[in-house]
Amino acid sequence: VTDAAWETLSNQAVAAAGAVYFLALLAHLVQLSAGRRSAVSTTSARAGSGTGSVAVDQGDDRQDAARRESMFGRLGVLLTLIAAGVHLLALVARGLAADPNRVPWGNMYEFTLAGTFVVAALYLALLRRYALVWMAPIVVGVVLTLLMVAVIWLYKPIAPLMEALQSPWLVIHVVSAIIATGAFTIGGICSVLFLLKSRRGAGEGGYLARVPALDDLDRLSYRFHAFGFPVWTFAVLITGPIWAHQAWSSYWNWDPKEVWAFITWVVYAAYLHARATAGWKGRNAALLALLGLATLWFNFIGINFFSSTSQHSYAAPESAVVVGVPVETP
Amino acid sequence: MADAPARRSGELTLPELLRWGWRQLTSMRTALVLLLLLALAAIPGSVVPQTDVDSVKAAQWQEDHPTLTPVYDALGLFDVYSSPWFAAIYLLLAVSLVGCFVPRIAVYTKALRAQPPATPRRLDRLPDHTSYRTDLPPEQVLDRARTALRGHRIREAGEDGTDSVAAERGYLREAGNLLFHVSVLVVLVGFAIGSLLGYRGGVILVVGNGMSNNLTQYDEFEPGSLFSPDDLDDFYLDVDDFDVEWITSGRAQGQAQGFVSHVSYAVGDGEPQDYDLRVNHPLTVGDTDVFLIGHGYAPVITVRDGNGDVAYSGPTIFLPEDQTFQSVGVVKAPDARPQQIGLEGWFYPTYAFTEETGPFSVFGDARNPVISMQAYVGDLGMDAGTPQSVYELDKEDAELVTQGDGSMFRVDLALGDTVDLPGGQGSVTFERLERWNKIQLSQTPGKWIALGGVVLGLVGLCGSLFIRPRRSWVRARRDGQGTLVEVAVLDRAGGDDVGAALRELVTTLKDDPKEPS
Repeated sequence: VTDAAWETLSNQAVAAAGAVYFLALLAHLVQLSAGRRSAVSTTSARAGSGTGSVAVDQGDDRQDAARRESMFGRLGVLLTLIAAGVHLLALVARGLAADPNRVPWGNMYEFTLAGTFVVAALYLALLRRYALVWMAPIVVGVVLTLLMVAVIWLYKPIAPLMEALQSPWLVIHVVSAIIATGAFTIGGICSVLFLLKSRRGAGEGGYLARVPALDDLDRLSYRFHAFGFPVWTFAVLITGPIWAHQAWSSYWNWDPKEVWAFITWVVYAAYLHARATAGWKGRNAALLALLGLATLWFNFIGINFFSSTSQHSYAAPESAVVVGVPVETP
Repeated sequence: MADAPARRSGELTLPELLRWGWRQLTSMRTALVLLLLLALAAIPGSVVPQTDVDSVKAAQWQEDHPTLTPVYDALGLFDVYSSPWFAAIYLLLAVSLVGCFVPRIAVYTKALRAQPPATPRRLDRLPDHTSYRTDLPPEQVLDRARTALRGHRIREAGEDGTDSVAAERGYLREAGNLLFHVSVLVVLVGFAIGSLLGYRGGVILVVGNGMSNNLTQYDEFEPGSLFSPDDLDDFYLDVDDFDVEWITSGRAQGQAQGFVSHVSYAVGDGEPQDYDLRVNHPLTVGDTDVFLIGHGYAPVITVRDGNGDVAYSGPTIFLPEDQTFQSVGVVKAPDARPQQIGLEGWFYPTYAFTEETGPFSVFGDARNPVISMQAYVGDLGMDAGTPQSVYELDKEDAELVTQGDGSMFRVDLALGDTVDLPGGQGSVTFERLERWNKIQLSQTPGKWIALGGVVLGLVGLCGSLFIRPRRSWVRARRDGQGTLVEVAVLDRAGGDDVGAALRELVTTLKDDPKEPS
């Protein structure tokens, strides 16, 4: 198989994954609307888990709707699983298309491709353990949207990596950043839902009714952040500096990307600190977590496009060399 | 005022004020505010160009914003990360940190030696508790509980009764927490050592030339405030050869890769050694790290003056402007007579020309190297005693050389060409083409301290996040209908799913827990 064929395969796989994610989203939306009819009285936090919803009324209509709900829930998960598989194929093919073969996260398009895959994979891996089906429409929607953004605005044909990126640290530094970004994103989704639910209340049969109880949401959000934070620390404060020292001669350069990664770290540190010591839970903690997520995404998108001083701005063609201006004394 | 001031209520004496201030500073809320303040304070440095990060860009910005510059300068916005207000935040944070964890170390060591607290009289008052009846005798239930709670510290039976088991686990969480806090200080120390005792310097070396590692050889030098030039390692470094591959086809056409600088070096009077210096593969000599961070062309240009004497000859460093290595450079011949001669202009490694674009370079490799410069004669301002950049020509008192009829004159030279300046003012020859490497040298003492600190911090962090401190109690009492077993689990950190732990404990108590093999 030639490199060009791999690249075509990767592009087609991205399109196919997008289509299947879309179908999964549709399935989950049908599930939601069926759920509305099936169990108005279901207030159990775990109602969304697909198996837990019980029609109180014995009416045929309701039973039918409940069956439909559970069927479409399972269908949605299955489709998401397939889409994630194709998504993975797209990533692998992208790596194999490069000459020499390399990890598929050398530019923003590839980073987004990998990051969205991590979000989908994390969700699928923890689906049973934390009963995450209620999250399905949002996760699938976010993944689908980001994939579209990647294809439409960030797409770049495959090309050899610039010299500075050719390092084993590319694998370890970027993969940890991607994993942390995925975890923070899912944690952020929990925080947003927490805020919405605490404002509007559970409502009647609406989407928020299938979202877990506030305490559970809060704890879930904390868990994703607690997982993401050490990984982020590893990416930003260990592997990043080691690589920077090798490539740029200084382990911390106050490059805009580094500054914002540090800001993100500090905000999430404040989040965990507030939870651990000041007993901040719920609303304030959720707001802090979302502030962290905002800095994270700004760092990824904003700095790459708007900062010309960042040595990380791989969105733009890199300048060939870095040179200072020596001064001559007469 | 003359009277001895009576103490009003709410008035604090100095020690009281200090104690109050210390308490405020070391409170959790203050630590939180300081953390967020640190994040906020870091932002301007990513928006305003920093002198330390990119001095060229910072100078450019200052030129473009003449009104804002003095204000920003006064606020330290061009040097945010070494400004007093930024330092104030992280130093306060460090103090707050110390004030926070030192008392906690004492508390923790005490807690380490203490027994788990006795079983509360009413277990059903705890948020997570349950009870069940069994036919087993209480002693057996408690035995099972001891086995089920292995890995916990179990309170020794004392006078407070033998009808229950009190256990606690997760002592290492606080240890991890403390380790994390200490490691932040370790990192700060490592970072401070690096920026005070280290240095960073750059030198541009024409391939075939070398340098000995002393201050005079550097083109730029940024020492830490406690760095002494005596700390420079004693070695020399020669750039013997330089290879670069140009991608000539495909999407990355025109991109350069595989830069290798073949260097030789020797420490003191030692044996010379060879090293292939590449991006991402620095050379370490003693405490000094040597990096290849740039490259470019250095055409060898000879200038003859009006008398026919050689006024300048040598490789001239041209700085690349973009990926095609179209480069800009300056030649100064202050010894030319009767008048000093200066040249300013472009070097094109693969020269091309169209009517629309004018001259440009199509490729970074030197396929068709051409120099195109303008000539100036007169006073180049080099005798005034003010430092001048080698890349800028002072044209204030110099005059542009034109053709006899006043039309434009350019020194356009292909490799090996010579052009005579009009009016018998001299000639310029493009002898041959050399390359230069930009080498960066730095000493970063304390980097291992900083790295060790971060790694320890990560270990501590994981401990403090993932170790779940829990207290568990099992009480078994005989009553009329058999044995009443009460079980309770208390989460000591928050965020723990205690319900699951409680269920698990009860399940193990009900069936026989496996004996440890």
